[in-house]
Amino acid sequence: MDFITITLKLLQGFLTTCEIFALTLVSALPLGLLIAFGSMSKFKPLKIFVRCIVWIIRGTPLMLQVIIIYYVPGLLFHLPLLPRFIAVLVAFSINYACYFSEIYRSGIEAIPKGQYEAGKVLGMTKTQIFFKIIILQVIKNIIPPMSNEIITLVKDTSLARVIMVAEILKYAEDFTAYGLIWPLFYTGIFYLLFVGILTLVFGWLEKKLSYYKV
Amino acid sequence: MSYLKIENFNKSFGNTQVLKGIDIDLNQGEVVSIIGSSGSGKTTLLRCINFLETPSDGKMTLDGQVLYDSKIEVKDNEKVLREKRLNFGLVFQSFNLFPQYNVLQNITIAPLLLLKDDVKNYKKQLKEQAKTDASLTRAEIKKKILEFKENGKKSINEEAVSLLKKIDLSEKINAYPCELSGGQCQRVAIARALALKPKILCFDEPTSALDPELTGEVLKVIRSLKEDNRTMIIVTHEMGFAKNVSDKIIFMADGVVEEQGTPKEVMENPKSEKLIHFLSNVSEKDGE
Repeated sequence: MDFITITLKLLQGFLTTCEIFALTLVSALPLGLLIAFGSMSKFKPLKIFVRCIVWIIRGTPLMLQVIIIYYVPGLLFHLPLLPRFIAVLVAFSINYACYFSEIYRSGIEAIPKGQYEAGKVLGMTKTQIFFKIIILQVIKNIIPPMSNEIITLVKDTSLARVIMVAEILKYAEDFTAYGLIWPLFYTGIFYLLFVGILTLVFGWLEKKLSYYKV
Repeated sequence: MSYLKIENFNKSFGNTQVLKGIDIDLNQGEVVSIIGSSGSGKTTLLRCINFLETPSDGKMTLDGQVLYDSKIEVKDNEKVLREKRLNFGLVFQSFNLFPQYNVLQNITIAPLLLLKDDVKNYKKQLKEQAKTDASLTRAEIKKKILEFKENGKKSINEEAVSLLKKIDLSEKINAYPCELSGGQCQRVAIARALALKPKILCFDEPTSALDPELTGEVLKVIRSLKEDNRTMIIVTHEMGFAKNVSDKIIFMADGVVEEQGTPKEVMENPKSEKLIHFLSNVSEKDGE
């Protein structure tokens, strides 16, 4: 097997990696905001419930969560198995939404009370205050921790193979059956390039929002 | 009859009673300064007037309309509360400008959002009218609404520009708050409050967060507002300024109005022990 064939094969796996990454991000970002609101709710039972969920999700390995989402509904309730890819997405989205929610929470709680009060005395509604005043400041606050978490997600996608969703690392590992070890190391380049691009994007975003200081 | 009448305002936080039966009367065009040491309840009173806090007890009437009465057990919905708040403007000690918006946007954001409500109401009104008036076609309605919106935006912008001229910051129209000095920020905050045309403008220690050399420019703006006959309530530590600009001074101590009267009466002829003590402390500090 030559270099080109292996590269093409790995690219195929990398496509799956990108899919898991993008779809998880798209669903976990808004879901995380919802969870953040829940964990800041003035309604105590909801707040406690949401914080418990966050504790459980952050307190157990993502690999275990993927396995549970895939197998447990069948084992306990005799439900048909979810498609593997969907099971991965569900587990990843919930897991990352919980981490994101804590980042959102820190960002929202860092906004001075005066910003809300200024909005109030100017006759704004709660929704207007949040979307016109608070959210942009929150985004600026959370870009560094968010980029950290999102970069971790790139590499966590490799956990999908625990239920045989073939992403790049799984493809590379399969080559070891032919006595080829180097494709495994070669995958590092793919990850590095991907994270490099993300780093550039976040840097650009941070610069874009640096037109004002608090 | 007085314009703003506050009767028996009480406010407690937990077990601490911060306001203990405050009565204030204010005529239209009058400026009242509230002085007193920190912890005397000045800021809490201002926050109650602006509906940022709800008094535990008391009644407030503005221009003959009851805005708040603790005896009437109705919880205002958000819309009513917003409308009530708009009777008052509040300038904060720490400015609280919106950092992500430039000076012009800071001033126009709230009026523009209110314009949206007006547009909605106007649309409803036109649609009602269209039911009886066949000449009012859909295209016609669309055109009218667009015109209404454009006119509204135009007048809001013009108002903001003239306010900026008034506070002498026309050249900073596109600057962001982080590029302004504290005094300039506070002047923008005053313009932002004025843009909503409040009936009464309140100031919560407007110069306390400023360097001494910057207080002058802010006080100058407030003085110019007095010349326009604005009704104002000013919580301040600037004794000289309070004496100059106010029609009435209220001295608060431990949650009660300890003494009130014309600046002359209060400053030059204090009667209560606490006020005499307070004034001597302040003048000592000024003497340094």
